[in-house]
Amino acid sequence: MSDIVSNPTASQSVTRPAAMADARLRGRYAAERRFQAYGLSAILFAAAFVVMLFGSILMKGLPAFFENHAVLNVALDPEVLDVGSARDKDKLAGADYQAVVNKTLRGMFPEVTDRAQRSALSKLLSSGAADDLRARVLANPASVGTTVRVSLPMSDLTDLYFKGAFGRAGGRPGAVIATPSATTGEVVINVEGNEFRDELTAIKKTLSLRAVELRKVADIAALNITSQAADIRASEATLSTVTATNDAGKLARLQTEIARQKVRVVEYERQKTAALEEAASLQKRIDATGSTEVLDANVPSFLVAINDGLVKIRELSAQRLVGDALLPLSSDKSVAAGAWQVVTYPMPEAKRGLTDQQIAWVDRLKSQGAVESTLNTRFFTAGASREPERAGILAALLGTLMTIGVTLALCLPTGVAAAIYLEKFAPKNVFTEFIEVNINNLAAVPSIVFGLLGLAMFIQLFGMPRSSALVGGLVLALLVLPTIIIASRAALSAVPHAITEGALGVGASKLQAIFHHVLPLAMPGIMTGTIIGMAHALGETAPLLLIGMVAFIVDLPDGVTSAATVLPVQIFQWAGLPEAGFQSRTAGGIIVLLTVLILMNGAAILLRKKFERRW
Amino acid sequence: MPLMYFAAILVFTLVAFWLGRSRAYGLADPQGRLSHLHSLPGYHGAYVALCMLLPALAVFCAWMYAAPMVIERQVIANAGAAFTKLTEIERVGFMRDINALAFGGIVGSGSADKTKAAADLAQFTRYGDWGLGGVLAIVALVGLAVGLARISPKFRARNAVEWVIVALLLICSVIAVLTTVGIVLSVLFETLSFFTRYPAQDFFLGTKWNPDGSVESFGLIPLLVGTCLIMVVAMCVAGPIGLMAAIYMSEYASPRFRATAKPVLEILAGVPTVVFGFFAALTVAPFIRDAGQAVGLTVAAESALAAGLVMGIMIIPFISSLADDVINAVPQALRDGSYGLGATKSETIKRVVLPAALPGIVSAFMLAISRAVGETMIVVMAAGLAANLTVNPLEAVTTITVQIKNLLVGDQEFDSAKTLSAFALGFVLFVFTLILNIIALRIVKRYREAY
Repeated sequence: MSDIVSNPTASQSVTRPAAMADARLRGRYAAERRFQAYGLSAILFAAAFVVMLFGSILMKGLPAFFENHAVLNVALDPEVLDVGSARDKDKLAGADYQAVVNKTLRGMFPEVTDRAQRSALSKLLSSGAADDLRARVLANPASVGTTVRVSLPMSDLTDLYFKGAFGRAGGRPGAVIATPSATTGEVVINVEGNEFRDELTAIKKTLSLRAVELRKVADIAALNITSQAADIRASEATLSTVTATNDAGKLARLQTEIARQKVRVVEYERQKTAALEEAASLQKRIDATGSTEVLDANVPSFLVAINDGLVKIRELSAQRLVGDALLPLSSDKSVAAGAWQVVTYPMPEAKRGLTDQQIAWVDRLKSQGAVESTLNTRFFTAGASREPERAGILAALLGTLMTIGVTLALCLPTGVAAAIYLEKFAPKNVFTEFIEVNINNLAAVPSIVFGLLGLAMFIQLFGMPRSSALVGGLVLALLVLPTIIIASRAALSAVPHAITEGALGVGASKLQAIFHHVLPLAMPGIMTGTIIGMAHALGETAPLLLIGMVAFIVDLPDGVTSAATVLPVQIFQWAGLPEAGFQSRTAGGIIVLLTVLILMNGAAILLRKKFERRW
Repeated sequence: MPLMYFAAILVFTLVAFWLGRSRAYGLADPQGRLSHLHSLPGYHGAYVALCMLLPALAVFCAWMYAAPMVIERQVIANAGAAFTKLTEIERVGFMRDINALAFGGIVGSGSADKTKAAADLAQFTRYGDWGLGGVLAIVALVGLAVGLARISPKFRARNAVEWVIVALLLICSVIAVLTTVGIVLSVLFETLSFFTRYPAQDFFLGTKWNPDGSVESFGLIPLLVGTCLIMVVAMCVAGPIGLMAAIYMSEYASPRFRATAKPVLEILAGVPTVVFGFFAALTVAPFIRDAGQAVGLTVAAESALAAGLVMGIMIIPFISSLADDVINAVPQALRDGSYGLGATKSETIKRVVLPAALPGIVSAFMLAISRAVGETMIVVMAAGLAANLTVNPLEAVTTITVQIKNLLVGDQEFDSAKTLSAFALGFVLFVFTLILNIIALRIVKRYREAY
């Protein structure tokens, strides 16, 4: 020790030179900085994820709060309505408003005569459009016989198209003179030079992508065949052992299983051959040069806008195209370069559910100013619906309100009472410790297990109504009870002993001291814990799924014992539906749910800031 | 009718309170002072009210429980052969029909026997209601009389009332225990009933899970492996990130940074799991699939990786807040000692703070694991239903919670092996998480005592 103090440099220089020490120190400092950077990046990662989560949900969900309407001049012809001269409510309520709506649409596109086409045209609007019109007429029966300007909801697919779910149409002006052959029906357009070279390349590119995908499908099928073959071998091996044991039931089961596996192999073989054949034929089309391409629904749509009309390309070669007029042309005159356009819809027709013809119609409506985007109030005022554009969250919101109401009414008094007992009265013994361990463990039991409890106890044993807000509230109350007890205990124990003793000193009983002095002081803490517990209950889904709160509620639930659903469950249900329109409804529902939660947590924070006292 | 009785009991309780209190006020001395009373008049009122309420409520509950059974037995006895000749299922229908005939509702099929039985039922129910009203009135009046009679200046009404209140508080705190008992019983009984239909060793050791096939097989192993796979992925994300976030927060971050970063993590903790599930299924899973395709990997649409990743992010705040607590609980003296020896901050953390906090961190991880295992919505939405026995996170797996949800949602008869197997799964889940929790809580408790 004294050596080091007297001659530190000498002793160090013997074991490690100064340069080495410096390098070591630098290394240690670098390690320090690295460590700190790891910590910071962990937090930044979490923060980035929060931003991503909220960003993606906002992006998906905000369109749900708007909807597109068609503003049409509807002639409320009594003949079409089939009401004659009657104007009484019953007659008007039963009238055929769909016919009026259809007639209005056909009036805007008189060239549509084909039955299938007419049906496609009427699908541009929501099936609820007629209901809206009915409500409007019933509110003002005098309008029958006149022409009114009404705003009618579009169908979910049309709505999605306007919101850009199917990609934006691209386009380029034609570079040469084009000559159409007709104004309606099949139209042949001749152009000069190698005008459609780019489009042909684009088509071939999608074809080759599809060929790649098909080969992958074939590969997967081949893999499945091998694994199934292995399964069959394994089953057959067991079969031989089972045959020896003479277990007839097991034998029959195994044999059906093997038969089923063999059927599967055949099915996979068929998939594989089909995929390979299609890939080969696609390859042939890709390799051919200077030929005519036939466009089907699996490649992007190409159209030509010419002479105020729109022609969908069916066959395309470099100088000539054959197509169908989706919108009639005004004339078959030749058109100069730059005065006509090639339009592209990037998403193939087969993938979007809205045909090129329908897009052509709604684009025409839009260019006539007959489409407006408005705030979607229906989302907040409607119950469940099979059609995305008519679905709303009001029923789920009401269900949530009732369920949470039941939960709060049950678990706040019980939780606070339990906390008071455990904190102020419980003797220190094994039983009390058992209760405490129990509460702590209960707080960590998976929520789905509470669903099982609800199902077996409340519904099966006590015969309470399934799907009801009452059972949901009960289950959630048991679920959040530990949270509330723990928070209330913390709040109670934070109140200084002096308060209790002061009260006891002036002659209050123990209960009086607690209820008159300690509890009021602990109340802000208890309320904060309760709000957080309620927020937790509000977002809970799994246990409510098990007790059947998945009801399809069109009207509003009328009591705590009738079937109801809650917001998170509604979100879950919507997320599982195939219609694209429900995706944005789901995200919209999530936005509402998160807003409620943020408000609740904000209230809790405010409460804590405003009333919390540090002793 | 019983509901009206119940309301009447409550109303009369208020009356009794008022009566008792005014009687206590009547005991005031000529100057109007009450100081010679042991208890305040309010307590006397409450005592009288309780004297009336508690026996009446007990009678009410007992009656509501017993009366329907007695009435039913009597109706069946009166119906005689008309009932006894029926089969089990027909009897249920018979009871349903006479209930509908007597009290309104949809009648399946009427008959003379049923009409007669329904008339019996209606009559007995009416008698029962009158009887209940009479008994309630007597019990309430006796209670009221006893309560009022006991009011005197020396009577310790407050002590009696407080005793009842404390008993009430005790009952409330026992509810948590009852919940646990309820969970255990409800899950256990269904599980045992499942094992009478399906051998227990096939359940615990079976490697095939196929509840929908013509040959039902309920092998737990694929579900367990799937659950653990997703849990491992989740912990690989949440473990390092949560721990490093906690270390940075408690050791490095300035108070201002802490004040902004902590709420951000808390936001993650407050987001409902169904939202994470939606995000996992619609954003993360397709992203991982596309990314896998770009580098030539075949990733299932519902890969374990996507579900595990999002679940890991969900439990980051869980780990970070628990670890934050235990790191803060390490005494400053240990750090100061390390600094005194010339250690840098990171060296102190790695060699002194973390080893000291290790038990707490381990228990935080165990609690996080139990949460990951019990999490439902993320896996329901982002992981598949296919029970593949694999440890490849790029393939689709299924978990215990997914199968519970899948087996129980929708209308099913309660005594099929399929429905009961969900309870067996729930039992496994409950026991698994319970063991983890108990160990973790033990560690935390012992550790907390150490400093």
